[in-house]
This record gives sequence, structure tokens and C-alpha cells, in this order.
Amino acid sequence: MSRPEGAALVTGASGGIGAATARALAVAGWPVAVHFRSDPDGAGEVVESIEGAGGRAIALGADLDSPDAADDLFGGTEDHFGPVLVLVNNAGRRADGLSPQIDDGDWSGVIETNLNAAFRLTRRCLKPMLRARFGRIVNVASVVGPRANPGQANYAASKAGLIGMTKTVAVEVARRGVTVNAVAPGLVETGLTADLPQGAFDDAIPARRPGTAEEIAACIAFLASEEASYVTGSVLTVDGGMSA
Amino acid sequence: MTIKADPQSAEEVIRKGLEELGADPGRVSREATFESLDVDSLDLVEIAQIVEDEFGVELGGDDVKELKTVGDAIDLVVAKSA
Repeated sequence: MSRPEGAALVTGASGGIGAATARALAVAGWPVAVHFRSDPDGAGEVVESIEGAGGRAIALGADLDSPDAADDLFGGTEDHFGPVLVLVNNAGRRADGLSPQIDDGDWSGVIETNLNAAFRLTRRCLKPMLRARFGRIVNVASVVGPRANPGQANYAASKAGLIGMTKTVAVEVARRGVTVNAVAPGLVETGLTADLPQGAFDDAIPARRPGTAEEIAACIAFLASEEASYVTGSVLTVDGGMSA
Repeated sequence: MTIKADPQSAEEVIRKGLEELGADPGRVSREATFESLDVDSLDLVEIAQIVEDEFGVELGGDDVKELKTVGDAIDLVVAKSA
């Protein structure tokens, strides 16, 4: 099976899982658009490391909460590398608190970035993917959502929503060679979890350690590969056995 | 930017799109229903994309839902591009 010409777009790719995913997809031969919101230096470093390894990449800044972000990002990617045939919805945020203390802004902000923006980007990429008869969408969900985590009602709702969206969109477009899957990481050492006390959750993880961004990225790269052509609508849990 | 579609050019683009999607060219006519051509809802999304690429006319979900025949689609594209 030959892969059409196109590019990968990874949101929230200036660090952590997104950066590792951008690198992994570049190794797999995709030109990569490295999206960032507030860390152009981090995104620039990712681009440099990809180019240093012989790959192609560009950094694109956008606030995904803006309704125009999808067109801006896709336009920028298409101008450089052609149609986006791999989309990784990785950008995410947390605003933790027990439910009585989550205000409207913290609720809607998390839903906006983690779920609404992912839908807008998905909607934008589907048409070219359908025309190309090839596409890979990987949504970065979480083990939180399918299972409870006190203090994260907003985050859990967004990630559970992302999984619901993944499954339904997957079924809608499966007959066109477009796959839509999610990964559900457990505790991973990234900027998003840097404020958590080190080792605090190790006892709850059968692997006795947090995951690395590279371990999540490897799973995303698999789901984005040609070899994963018959995997769609699935959620790949990557959590060291925590939710087994 | 919208490009004005006359009935002939709209029919040509839609016919080409339908054939690309596997419709039997001998059965495509203004009167043919999408159902009779085995054109499903996802195919119509693609037809809408082809029309948008060609004429700059956006066909939304509500527009597409109402379409029953090839003629309906041609008329809608002509009307929207006017």
C-alpha cells in the first residue's frame, strides 16, 4: 500500500508528548507541522532536532481556542508540505479543583481546548483525508475520563468527550481509509504533570514508574502508520498497567 | 471566492464527481436519485467538497440533507453561486 504525499500536524508540540510525537512522525517520514501556543522556543527546538536528523518540519503558532485557528494551521501546513494526512490532537490543559470550586471559566476553558478545538481541527482535516482515501487522526485522551480522578471533573469530561468523538467519527469515515483512534496515557512525566509530587503515584502504577513522552509517542506513531490501517475507533491505554 | 456556475458546468462537475465515487455513468441523469445511484451521505459530503473546490460554493449539512436527485444538487449549486 502506498502512502499519499502529505504532512502531519501535531498540536501542543513544543514539549512533552507532542514534541516526542512530532519527532517520531518525522522519523516515520512525515513532514511535520509543530504547533505551539505560548512556547515558540520549545517548538523551534523540536523543528531543529527534526531537521538535524534529516527530516522536515515547521513551527506554527496558534491559539486553538480561536475559531480561526484550524484554517490558519491547516493553511500554513498545506502551503509548506501539502495536505494534512495525519492529525494528532495533543494540545491540552488542566485547571484542577474539586467540583464545587471549578468556576465557569475553568470548566469551559478546559473543554474548549481539550475537546472543542480537537473537533474543529478534526472537521477541517476530514475533507482532504476523504478525498485522499487516506488519513490518520490520533486523539490524545487520558485514563482520566473513562475512570474517575477527584479534582479533575472538567478534564475528565473533556477526555471522555474526546473518546466519544473518536469512536463516532471513526465509524463515519472508516470506509474511506481514514482511521480515528485515541491513546489514553496514564501518568506521564511532562510539563503538564511537573507540579505533581515526584513518586507520589508510583504505588498505584504496576510498572512502578510514570511513563515517558517517548513511550506515548511510539503508540501514537503506530496508530498513524500504514500498518495500523485496520485499527479504528479504538482507545489504546498506555499507563503501565494502572487501569488494568 | 465564488465562481458563477451555469447548469451545464454544475452538471459536469457533479457528474464527474459521482463517477469518481463509483456511480454508473449510464445511470447518472438529472432525474436520478442519489439512492438509486448508491450514493450515500458520506459520498454527498465529498460531492459538496468537490463543488466547493470548483465553484467556491459551500454546501452545509442542512443543504445536503435536502438533496434527493442529481437535478436538486445542480439547481442548488447554480442558485448558491448566483
